Amino acid sequence: MTPFVFLALLQDGLATGAIYLLLAVGLLIAFSVTRVIFVPQGDLLALATLTAAQLESGQVPGTLWVLDALAALALLLDLARLRGRMRWRALLPWALYPAAVTLAALFGPRAAPWFAKLLALGVITPLGPLIWRFAFRPVADAPVLTLLILATALHFVVAGVGMVAFGPDGASVAPLVAATLLLGPFAVSGQSLAILLCCAALVLALRFFFAATLTGRALRAAASDRLGARLVGIDAAGSGSRAFALAAFIAALSGILIGAATPIAYDAGFEIGLKGFVAAIIGGLASYPAAAAGAVLVGVLESLGSFWSSAYRDVIVFALLIPVLAWLSWRSRGAGGA
Amino acid sequence: MMLPAYYVTLAGYIGLATIVALGLVLLTGIAGQTSFGQASFAGLAAYATALLPGTPPPLALLAGLVLTGSVAWLLGLITARLSGHFLALCSVAWGISFSALFGTLPWLHGFNGIGGIRPLTLGPLSAADPLVTVAVIWAAVALSWLALRNLLDSRPGRAIRTLAAARDMAESMGIDTVRLSRATFVLAALAAALSGFLFAHFQRFISPTPFSLTASIEYLFMVIIGGAAHLPGALLGAVLVTLLREELTDWIPRLTGATGNFEAVAFSLVVIVLLQRAPGGLFAVLRARLPAAGAPVRAAAAAPAHAAAPPPAAGPAPPALVVAGISKRFGGLAANQDVSFTVGAAEIVALIGPNGAGKSTLFDIISGQLRADLGEVRLFGHPVGRLPARHIAARGLARTFQHVKLLPGMSVGGNIALGAHLAGRCGVLRAMLRADRAEERRLHALAAAAATRVGLADLLGRPAGTLALGQQRLVEIARALCLAPRLLLLDEPAAGLRHQEKQALAALLRQLRAEGVAVLLVEHDMGFVMDLADRVVVMEFGRRIAEGVPAAVQADPAVLEAYLGGAP
Repeated sequence: MTPFVFLALLQDGLATGAIYLLLAVGLLIAFSVTRVIFVPQGDLLALATLTAAQLESGQVPGTLWVLDALAALALLLDLARLRGRMRWRALLPWALYPAAVTLAALFGPRAAPWFAKLLALGVITPLGPLIWRFAFRPVADAPVLTLLILATALHFVVAGVGMVAFGPDGASVAPLVAATLLLGPFAVSGQSLAILLCCAALVLALRFFFAATLTGRALRAAASDRLGARLVGIDAAGSGSRAFALAAFIAALSGILIGAATPIAYDAGFEIGLKGFVAAIIGGLASYPAAAAGAVLVGVLESLGSFWSSAYRDVIVFALLIPVLAWLSWRSRGAGGA
Repeated sequence: MMLPAYYVTLAGYIGLATIVALGLVLLTGIAGQTSFGQASFAGLAAYATALLPGTPPPLALLAGLVLTGSVAWLLGLITARLSGHFLALCSVAWGISFSALFGTLPWLHGFNGIGGIRPLTLGPLSAADPLVTVAVIWAAVALSWLALRNLLDSRPGRAIRTLAAARDMAESMGIDTVRLSRATFVLAALAAALSGFLFAHFQRFISPTPFSLTASIEYLFMVIIGGAAHLPGALLGAVLVTLLREELTDWIPRLTGATGNFEAVAFSLVVIVLLQRAPGGLFAVLRARLPAAGAPVRAAAAAPAHAAAPPPAAGPAPPALVVAGISKRFGGLAANQDVSFTVGAAEIVALIGPNGAGKSTLFDIISGQLRADLGEVRLFGHPVGRLPARHIAARGLARTFQHVKLLPGMSVGGNIALGAHLAGRCGVLRAMLRADRAEERRLHALAAAAATRVGLADLLGRPAGTLALGQQRLVEIARALCLAPRLLLLDEPAAGLRHQEKQALAALLRQLRAEGVAVLLVEHDMGFVMDLADRVVVMEFGRRIAEGVPAAVQADPAVLEAYLGGAP
């Protein structure tokens, strides 16, 4: 392997690692607030790529109708539940937001790459709270394993939606930055830089959100002690909904970033999501910095691994879990007798 | 004759799936863990037998079982001390790696697979007739079912039932939950391996496809759909999912005009609705509709009065318990600060104090659930501060819990017999082979004797969850007595008892003292405490503020201050 090849692989690995980092952060947010291991996150990523790609080609994506249908169902159920005592402020988001997105998709300049990407974010993000609303909220207090099995079932459902809406073929989106930066003899792709920048910006924004805003601090409270948060008046179901919105937004953002480099098919998201898991597990499902290091490690290993042997690429990445889990297990030996 | 062949094949597949699902019922429904790797475990055994073409099938089966068992044991070892979802995620990684490896390794022929596997033969019955192989498959179903049913009704089976929700309690009964949950994981993997071996000889061709992650998830869905908590749920789920898949793969492409894994989507929707509405699966739904058919009421078979007699202390015995300078902090909260006291052999000491004084924390430290930051605990002269709870239990300490920790669905007798775990030796294998009956009778006799001592002899067959709270506390005491303890830790034993029950309890504790058992109890009923205790230790805000005989403590100004908020 020449130094140039190595640097090119490293650059690829860092960009993919940044995506895995985003996914790991989304998983950690969802898990720490709701105890749900958000398996369908990868599938939402694929839906975002496919939605943006279809918008860029001038079509109206099927996911828009899925959003409208789910939001309408949520609205109807809430109306039925509230009956006489109308609380319009609580109901309005489910009515106004999908309507606005639908109008923008039908009459806006949807083929413009930037508009298509924003719109894809707008379509996929609310699917997070809707998934929470329909799948998890009714069993929010169930054991972690029940939630995990439920999330696994949702993976097939979301992937099935992708299959019906977009068919089996993959699609890619226009890159955010098409230019290539030449550093001497070495080419740095603008898209890789854009991915790293987006990732850094999102991490900083999340830091600000969790440290300085009331909503963010309430989410942190709900994550560290659910009962305690409820006792001081933090709405647990609302926290879950917001956590899922964040996770879905992160998935959608990852989808429109990664979709410029590789074509993504409806069933490609699951594996990408799993690599986010590997990163999150390296962080012990608790620590953000450790998850970040894990994500970069997974991205770089995968990139280098695909150079040596593309067939064993995934085996290398998942085999990485084994020493990590062994170490986590060994470390937790001291804590408590059991 | 076309139709019967189709049904014979279908019956074979249902049987194969049932075997995997039975293992998952044990693992998921009963032990509260899960695995996304069952199909790849089946795959290991299937490849093992396919790659050993000249070997007699029983040897090939053995090789597959050993290989699969070792891999499962290693996976369990790696995640031994992490919470359950790490094992599940680890099994996802293992499942994916398995498919990727077996799809690429050249000597495994990748996705082209391996063909020409010999069918099984049964003596003169050549198995060119698929009916013979199907018969073998269903014999394996019956044997696995029987073995698991035997296991669930045994000493290790009772312990396995604690894994889902009561590991702390199990540890203080002397049960090694880490080892046991790994054993459960290995057992489930072995069931999958048996199925994989039969699959290879039934289909006579294998490739990585039927052993993919998706297949593993489908097995899990079978169990959720059928009912994860009971063995019949495995059969129900396997039948439903296998039949539905046959129908759906026919119908969905015709309806949608598209190909894709739509049957998985359909099963997923069923799973989501069931988990929300009927987490017990279809078996639980059906059973609720049917009249209760022979609920397992085990009558207390007139147990010989075989009391759990403690070994009499010989010579100048060391104090039962020495607590020396114990401190424990939780973040900024000092739960215990430099607490010291002793409990003599055959002495009843009461630990009292307002709520939040640190009494239950101290109990957890003494019994090994928590580790103190500073200080030492000595049990009968031996330091035990660094021992896990189950080793402390083995040294003669038994305890009850402030918040009752029983298995509500298990009979009172079964719950009490959990305390007799250390009095038995039979492991998983002997339990599955039913070679544990003599020991089981002995353990149940111990349980019945303990129940008699606390006055619950009539209720042995009742599910523990149906008892009143006070009676549930008595079940905990009986369970603790089964350990034949020399020191008994009771956390609020009289709460929820009626007056007569309290008197009976006091009489029992006095009798235990006469037999040489030391008792340390936390209790808020002052009348009960002051009548019963030889000495009283008073705690407030994590410190010991007084100690002495009941009358002295009652007159102590510091105690009055703590309880009444100011001297009168």
